[in-house]
Amino acid sequence: MSTAVRTTSRTPAAAAGRPRPRPSRRRGWRALGYAALVAVAFLYLYPFLVQLVTSVKTDADATQDPLALVPDPLTWGAFERLAQTDFPLWFTNSVVVTLVVTAGRVLFCSLAGYALSRIDFSGRAGLFGLVLAIMAVPPVVLLIPKFLVLNQLQLYDTYAALMVPLMADGAGIFIMKQFFDRIPVSIEEAARIDGAGTLRTFWSVVLPMARPAVITLTILAFQASWNELPHYIVASQDPDLYTLTKGVASLTSGQLGSGNQFPLTMAAALLMTIPVAVVFVVFQRFFVTGANEGGVKG
Amino acid sequence: MGILGLFLLLPILMALWVSLTSWDGQGSPFTGDVGFVGLDNYSRLFLQDGLVRRDFMTSLRNNAWYVLLVVPLQTVFALALALLLNQRLRGRGFFRTAFYFPSVTSSVAISLVFLFLFTGSGTVNALLGLVGVDGPTWFADPRGTVHLLGDALGLWDAGSPPSWLAGTTVGGLSLWEWVAGPSVALCAIIALVVWTTTGTFMLMFLAALQDLPHDVTEAALVDGTNRWQRFRHVVLPQLRPTLFLVLTLGLIGTWQVFDQVYVMSQGNPAKTTLTPAFLSYLYSFRQNEWGLGAAMAFVLFVIIIVLTALQRFVMRDRDDVRERRELRAQRRAGRRTQGAAR
Repeated sequence: MSTAVRTTSRTPAAAAGRPRPRPSRRRGWRALGYAALVAVAFLYLYPFLVQLVTSVKTDADATQDPLALVPDPLTWGAFERLAQTDFPLWFTNSVVVTLVVTAGRVLFCSLAGYALSRIDFSGRAGLFGLVLAIMAVPPVVLLIPKFLVLNQLQLYDTYAALMVPLMADGAGIFIMKQFFDRIPVSIEEAARIDGAGTLRTFWSVVLPMARPAVITLTILAFQASWNELPHYIVASQDPDLYTLTKGVASLTSGQLGSGNQFPLTMAAALLMTIPVAVVFVVFQRFFVTGANEGGVKG
Repeated sequence: MGILGLFLLLPILMALWVSLTSWDGQGSPFTGDVGFVGLDNYSRLFLQDGLVRRDFMTSLRNNAWYVLLVVPLQTVFALALALLLNQRLRGRGFFRTAFYFPSVTSSVAISLVFLFLFTGSGTVNALLGLVGVDGPTWFADPRGTVHLLGDALGLWDAGSPPSWLAGTTVGGLSLWEWVAGPSVALCAIIALVVWTTTGTFMLMFLAALQDLPHDVTEAALVDGTNRWQRFRHVVLPQLRPTLFLVLTLGLIGTWQVFDQVYVMSQGNPAKTTLTPAFLSYLYSFRQNEWGLGAAMAFVLFVIIIVLTALQRFVMRDRDDVRERRELRAQRRAGRRTQGAAR
C-alpha cells in the first residue's frame, strides 16, 4: 500500500505543541459514539432476545403480544412439542456430521497445507494455484456439480454424501500452508536427522507447533459444517438423513401446517444457535483471526 | 488433494456437459441415451420467449436490486462501526462480540427469527404501530419499492404505469417490471442480510484500522486537520485495499443468496424474491430440468466473474491514474529543483 502521505517524523517538541481539540467537544463526540454503539448493540442483540423469550411463550401469547419480553405464562410447551418431532434425530445427525467433517477437514487441510509448504514435488506451484482458483469458485455454482459427482459415485442419499465433500476446503488448506511457511525448517531437519520420517515429523513435531492454526481451522470447520444448508440439500433427500439446518428449515415450509407456531420455531432456532454461541464465546479470538485470514483469500 | 480435485474441478466439467443436454435426472447423464441439445438451454434463458426466460430474467432483476442495496449498505455500516470501535472505549470487546455474533450463527436459525419479527402481527409491525405506522405484511407483499416510491412522490401512478415503461420489453420483462425495485418482501431479506454480514466486514475494517501507521495520523493532527478531513484524506486512502476486499467479497456473496430465500420465501410472493441461485436449484432438483438448472448456474458463474473483474478494473485503474499523476508531479518537482540548483 502506498504511503504517500507519510511525512518525516516530527520532533517531540512539535508533537507536544500540537493543537488538541477542546475537552468538552471531545467528550461530546465520545458520548455520541457511545450512544450510537449502544443503540446498534441493542439492534444486534434484540433478535436473539426475542428468540429466547418467544421460545418459552404460548402460541397465543407470541402472536398477540410480540413485543413483551416477559412470557405470560411461561411454558416449556414448545420444547416438549419439538421433542416429539424429528428434531432429536436432526440434532444427532448434525452432531455426527459436524464431528466427522471437522476432524476430516483438520486432518486433510493440515496434511495438504504441509505438503504444499514443505514437500518438494513437481507441479507444487501449479497445485497451489489450483487451490487458490478453487477458492474463487462461488459455492452456489457447485451445487449441481456436487450432486452429479455424488450421483455418479452412487453416494447420493448416504451419510458419506453429507460428510465427504465437506472434508477439504481451499480456505483451510490456504490457512495451514501460510502457517507452515512461517515455521523455520531447521526444527524439522533436526527431527529428520534423528531418524523421523516425513509423516512422523509432521505428526510429532510440526503439527504441535501449528496449534493456533489448527484451533482456528477446527473452529471454522465446526461452525461451517454446523451451519451448512445448501450442501445437505443437494446431497440427500431421505428424511432420516436430515440435519438440523435442513430439518428446521422444513418446519417453516408446511411440516407444521399453516398455524403460527412461532414458539416452536424459535425454540428450534435457539437450540441450534446454542452450540455455536458457546464455541464462539470461548474461542472468540480464533474466530477473529479466522475471519481475517479467510478474508486474505479474496 | 484428491478429494479437492474430485469434488471441484471434474464436477464443473460434468455440469457444463449437463447444461448442454436435456437430462431429466433419470439414470446417468453420461451415457448415449441423454439428449444433446447444444446451446438450446442457454437460448431458452435469453432468447426464446416463455416462462423459463421470464423466471430467469425476474430472478436476475431481483438479485441485481438486492446487490445494489446490500453491498453499499453493509460496507458503509461496517466501516462506520469499525471507526466507532477503533476509538479507545470501555466495553469495546463487548460491542465487537455483539456485532460479530450474527455472522457466526446459522442462517437458518436467523431466518426463522426474522420470519417472526417481520410477520404481519410480528415485532417489527408492533414497533411501527407504536409510532402510528401501519406496517405492511412483509413476506406477503410483492409490491416493488421503487414503484411505491414513485407513486408516493407523484412521479407515476403505480396502478396504471406510464406506457413508455410498460410498453417496452427487454428480455421478456417490461421496463416497468425491471425498475420495480426490491419488493417489500425482498426488503425484509435485505435487512436480514445486512444485519448478518456487517459484523464480518467490520472486523476486516477494524483490523486494517489498527494496522494504520500512527505517525501519519499524528502528522495530520499536527497540520491542524479536522476529524472529517483526517478520515477523508488520511484514513480512507489507506483503507483502499480493505475496501476493495470488502466490496469484492460483498459482490461475490450477494450474487449467491440462497439460504435465506430457501428458508423464508421460496421465491414468493409473486416471484419477487426469486434469485438465480434458488431458481437453478428449483429447476434442477424440483422440476428435474437439469440442463436448464445447470445453464443458470453457469450464467451466474459468469456474472460473478465478470462483475469482480469489472470492479477490479475500475478500482485498479484509478490507482494507476493516481500513481501516474504522482509520478509526473514528482518529475516536474525534480526538474524544478534541478533548475534551482543550476
